[in-house]
Amino acid sequence: MSFLQNNLLSLMMIMPVLGAAILLIIRHTDAEIEKRNIRQVSLLITTITFVMSLVLWFGFDNGTAEFQFVEQHAWIGDDISYYIGVDGISMLFVVLTAFLMPLVVLASWDSIHDRVREYMIAFLILETLMIGVFTALDIFLFYIFFEGGLIPMYLLIGVWGGVNRIYASFKFFLYTLLGSVLMLVAVMYMYLQAGTTEIPQLMNYSFDTDVQKWLWLAFFASFAVKMPMWPVHTWLPDAHVQAPTGGSVILAGVLLKMGGYGFLRFSLPMLPEATVEFSWLIFTLSIIAIIATSLIALVQEDIKKLIAYSSVAHMGFVTIGIFLLNVNGVEGAIFTMLSHGVVSGALFLCVGVIYDRLHTREISRYGGLATNMKIYATIFVLFSMASIGLPGTSGFIGEFLVLNGSFAYNSWIAFLAATGVVLGAAYMLYLVRRLIFGVLDKDDVKAMPDLTLREKLVFAPLVAVVLWMGIYPNSFLEPMHASVSALLENHFTTDISHASTDTLGAPAGR
Amino acid sequence: MNGETLTILPALPELILAVGAMALLMLGVFRGDKSYRQVANLSILLLVFCAVVMINQVGGEREVIFGDMFVTDAFAVFAKTLVYIGSAVAILIAGKFLSEHNIAKFEYPILILFATLGMLIMISANNLMSLYVGLELQSLSLYVLAAMNRDRLRSTEAGLKYFVLGALSSGMLLYGISLIYGFSGSTDFDVLATSLRGEGGAPIGVVIGLVFLLAGLAFKVSAVPFHMWTPDVYEGSPTPVTAFFAAAPKVAAMALLVRAMINGFPALIAEWQQVIVFISIASMLVGSFVALVQTNIKRLMAYSSIGHIGYALVGLAAGTQDGIEALLVYLAIYLTMTLGAFAAILSMRRNDGMVEDIDDLAGLSTTNLPMAVAIAIFMFSLAGIPLLAGFFGKWFIFLAAVEAGLVPLAIIGFLASVVACYYYLRIVKVMFFDESAGAFEGGHGQAVSAVVGVAAVLNSPVSFLLIWPLVGAAAWAAGSLLF
Repeated sequence: MSFLQNNLLSLMMIMPVLGAAILLIIRHTDAEIEKRNIRQVSLLITTITFVMSLVLWFGFDNGTAEFQFVEQHAWIGDDISYYIGVDGISMLFVVLTAFLMPLVVLASWDSIHDRVREYMIAFLILETLMIGVFTALDIFLFYIFFEGGLIPMYLLIGVWGGVNRIYASFKFFLYTLLGSVLMLVAVMYMYLQAGTTEIPQLMNYSFDTDVQKWLWLAFFASFAVKMPMWPVHTWLPDAHVQAPTGGSVILAGVLLKMGGYGFLRFSLPMLPEATVEFSWLIFTLSIIAIIATSLIALVQEDIKKLIAYSSVAHMGFVTIGIFLLNVNGVEGAIFTMLSHGVVSGALFLCVGVIYDRLHTREISRYGGLATNMKIYATIFVLFSMASIGLPGTSGFIGEFLVLNGSFAYNSWIAFLAATGVVLGAAYMLYLVRRLIFGVLDKDDVKAMPDLTLREKLVFAPLVAVVLWMGIYPNSFLEPMHASVSALLENHFTTDISHASTDTLGAPAGR
Repeated sequence: MNGETLTILPALPELILAVGAMALLMLGVFRGDKSYRQVANLSILLLVFCAVVMINQVGGEREVIFGDMFVTDAFAVFAKTLVYIGSAVAILIAGKFLSEHNIAKFEYPILILFATLGMLIMISANNLMSLYVGLELQSLSLYVLAAMNRDRLRSTEAGLKYFVLGALSSGMLLYGISLIYGFSGSTDFDVLATSLRGEGGAPIGVVIGLVFLLAGLAFKVSAVPFHMWTPDVYEGSPTPVTAFFAAAPKVAAMALLVRAMINGFPALIAEWQQVIVFISIASMLVGSFVALVQTNIKRLMAYSSIGHIGYALVGLAAGTQDGIEALLVYLAIYLTMTLGAFAAILSMRRNDGMVEDIDDLAGLSTTNLPMAVAIAIFMFSLAGIPLLAGFFGKWFIFLAAVEAGLVPLAIIGFLASVVACYYYLRIVKVMFFDESAGAFEGGHGQAVSAVVGVAAVLNSPVSFLLIWPLVGAAAWAAGSLLF
């Protein structure tokens, strides 16, 4: 047991790679049986990884801000090491990643016929890299995982994507790479200045104020693209629309979270002065993002594009929350990221369900699904409400905390951000009206069957988690408390007590 | 006398190689063209034997012989090991190609041996004279190799072009050497290093000579603006010859450039550093932007190698020990990427001959997945994406640049690498996303498969385990240069 405890994170990263190796040797004369075996092994491996992530969650000590499950082995020279661990900020992202993966495998069960083996291998390797991003405690190691994830995602979009997949895959790869190389220069500079690549040590190193600005901008270039923030978000609608359903889920659910995680892990603790100085930039861009992309989402004809734009708007909330630099804001931001990971993933899966049946994403081709696909309609409406932020669903808690935090900071920011909530309700309800309600007058839509057992299995855990997060958010907020307060207390002198009381009584009681 | 044998020991591998190459030449002459296979196999054995002798008998101790003309040290051992590998692999992968094109002549391995000998002397040159002798021995062999396929217009054109431009650059080199000799009174690196350090700075003639010297050497490493020959020669030469050009001679010329600058002109670092920074930036930019529009994969690889020389030169531009260490790491990784990529290009064949268009790779992932994965690994590695070995090369190179205060150079380099990424991605796209244009036909031989396989494994995440030993060796080698 102690071996498992001491190496849990490494095992979680090795497991998918091992699974990919097993997939390589699965052979059967009957191609269909071979594909079935490949799918089953992938499901098994991702499920085991998910169970391990639950062990991680239960073994996690909420009371400390220290890194836990730490492993360190010498790697390149004296400075760069294989150094991993989790704290309250990163732990739940690992769980989120492991949680979404089995669902992605299940969702791709019937919709992927070509090159199933390669598809699953790409996903499994991507899982390892994503867990690596959230657990790396060495900045060099972090960069390797952060950038390495581009390769499988590029292939996933390019090989299994839609009509315009090549343009989308190139745009995704080059956009993200361009942002990241600037960050790499900053990483090198920090390494040479501080003489270490260990993130915990870098957090306690104070860089010169002038240098901080440049370093902050370099990190910003990378994370803003990944996030994505307005105006560098344009790769996201393309990538989302063209990616296969599983790719969209992982892209929205996990990859977008890396930007926010990066801000929390690097920009805030390592470059606090620049963070305070540039927060106006973040607020401006975020508010533009919230309002502009919500308006853009209103006029979309493509379901996936609409959800993609709504992602940009939600990420605007996240960046506002992070840079409020108070407990409510930061916890709200993390919670919104987790919630958005589940909800937008679920919405993309919903789109996948009807896309598999009608092979179009055009909103006007559907209508009246509430009549013939009752279970589907119920689930879709639930996730739409979660996306809007209806109390009782996960979306509400995050937005509430962020807005609460922004009132403590500046009411104008709160006011403008709140208009985003209204607009969010507008475009989601408009989508629901066109898709689910209305008259069922198209023959091919009438012929669409309701959810199969497999699809129900995919959605059941998502529904449960969305409600759980909405009704009892403390399970998710408690692990964060210690780390978030430590982050803010150690690096920011501003009085944070004004917003740290009355964190959660209200939403939890409803 | 005992003392005599000791003094030639440091040059023993070179002597064995020279004698062995001549013996094999005799064998080839007497047995005629059918001796190709025998001569090729013995040549590889000879190279391996010389490498073993070098590592076991010579070692990394600094020794200077032949009137300070010839030096061996850890730096030489490191660079020569790479050269031996590059040359041996170039012979290894050539067999099938040459016999199919009716140019399986015993001269091919012999010329490679002589070129290798020239490179070894270049690496060990401690004097502008021995530098020139080694360079010419190498270059003359390479000119002939480029024109190996006599019946093909392209190949003879490549050889002629290479020769004319090469002669021009040799002229510049000699002119620079004569200026340096005239104004400083010596051609010996050690003497130059101390005499130029004197009061009042170096005479202007030496600086002008140095610029000519750099121009000549920039031609040999195909750095911008002396790169014009590279695409034509790469495209025109038979593919195994191109593979050879892209690997070993680049390593040797870079090593020569490093030793000449660091050992010979440390006092003039401010002067040569700005030249190196310029040609490094120019090479990175030209290598990235011009390659975007190439359709022939060998031409594309030519521009890619120009770009990579630009990256490697960043290490020299830093001018520090860490910079040289990074440069050596980069060269070692570059060698594996290039040899692997060219070996893979050798597999691009249909029944009516070799194909060289990037579009011929279309759909390779459906017809030959292992080869497509290997090429994808080389391309991502060349692009410097993490997870693959190429990233480590870029990391160390630019780390050294940032450490030396050359942050703008690092930023330009990284931006150029994003541009370059586009055309590497394009190859991956053609192989994985496009519809198949028909499978490649015919066997490419086990040697090619083996080289592709080994190189792909070395560039894959397996490199995580190998990078630290490599860095250690490079640090050992870089430490032996006089700083």
